[in-house]
Amino acid sequence: MTIPNIVGAGLIVIGAGLGIGRIGGSAMDAIARQPEASGKIQTAMLIAAALIEGIGFAALFAA
Amino acid sequence: MHRINLVKILSLLLLTVTISVNAQHDAQIEGAIEEAHVEKDLKTEIKEYINHHLLDSHDFSLFSYEDEATGEHKYIGAPLPVILWDGGLQVFSSSKLHHGESVAEVGGNFYKLYHGKIYKTDDEGTIIYDEHHHATNVKPLDFSITKNVVFIFLVGLLMFFMFSRMAKKYKKNPLPSGIGRLLEPIILYVRDDIAIPNIGKKHYKRYMSYLLTIFFFVWIINLLGLTPLGVNVTNNIAVTLALALMTYFITTFSGNKDYWKHIFWMPGVPWPMKIILAPIELLGTIIKPFSLMIRLYANITAGHVVLMSIIGLMFIFKNWIGSPLSFGLAFALSLLELLVAALQAYIFTMLSALYFGSAVEEHDHH
Repeated sequence: MTIPNIVGAGLIVIGAGLGIGRIGGSAMDAIARQPEASGKIQTAMLIAAALIEGIGFAALFAA
Repeated sequence: MHRINLVKILSLLLLTVTISVNAQHDAQIEGAIEEAHVEKDLKTEIKEYINHHLLDSHDFSLFSYEDEATGEHKYIGAPLPVILWDGGLQVFSSSKLHHGESVAEVGGNFYKLYHGKIYKTDDEGTIIYDEHHHATNVKPLDFSITKNVVFIFLVGLLMFFMFSRMAKKYKKNPLPSGIGRLLEPIILYVRDDIAIPNIGKKHYKRYMSYLLTIFFFVWIINLLGLTPLGVNVTNNIAVTLALALMTYFITTFSGNKDYWKHIFWMPGVPWPMKIILAPIELLGTIIKPFSLMIRLYANITAGHVVLMSIIGLMFIFKNWIGSPLSFGLAFALSLLELLVAALQAYIFTMLSALYFGSAVEEHDHH
């Protein structure tokens, strides 16, 4: 592992973490506003989080 | 009421015991290896152990130790059949390869196991290297029943018997019995919350069998990865590639007129955009299964690597703070991995259903 690789991996993790954190936070807000729609919100949240995670992992492998 | 609570507590206890046995077992293996070569650097030892765990192998071995009297390596486990295509079919037991320690002679040819791969060698087992230290020997085509293949077969058989028995029982009596009581809610969940909302009421029945199969296969095989057997099938990228390819083919072959129209000639946008969108959309059809493959593979691999590194910390600290800390972390992480095992199965099924849904969706024309 070289230094650029490690820095790249760190950046990827920061980016993916921020992305998933925002999704989670927004989902929490949405559930607090409309608790009756929590099931649907959760599903959408999981899909979006999984998509970001997939891209994050793909980038990690490239790094 | 009391009985239900008792069952809950018992199952929780059982779960805890299984997981801690898992952690202890891995620790035992590492301990055995560590004692065998004290002179070797401990950190590289742990790294090698993790790398070895991530690879598929030609035999099913639980742990190994060094015989103190003879200084020989002893392996506890079972050999598996090796099937090679090398000008003709060669079938022999992997016990002949002696874990890469000696050369196997089969039908006048010599084979040696080197870093988990089988190479053709001369009778002394010489491996020739190029300047990058890669072996340049001939690699025969390897169709062996490796550890991963064995567990794929086992899970397939288990699912076949479990679900066909369940189906037979439902024919007699619509009330679930036996394992059906556990699985009926999960199957209904796959139908009502994954298949119907994503594919639609009209078409979902065609895809139910595939979605249920993929859900339970990925789930069971992920759970098996958390047992002390050291199986990890889904962190082999070839396995997840095969799973993703199935989703890709089903999506492609069930795509209707509208699906292809939306890929090649997106309706409702100005025509220069249509030309730009077509290659992007076409690429998208390949990226979707690719991301399915990477996601499952990377999640399970990352989980295993982190779990084993934390267990490895025990041997680096070697004091009364480090060991309980590492044990506690490993325990917590194992619980998280239980969740991840189910979550990945859910995500894989969910996204497959989403892709099928986009393939069969009928649009009202704009």
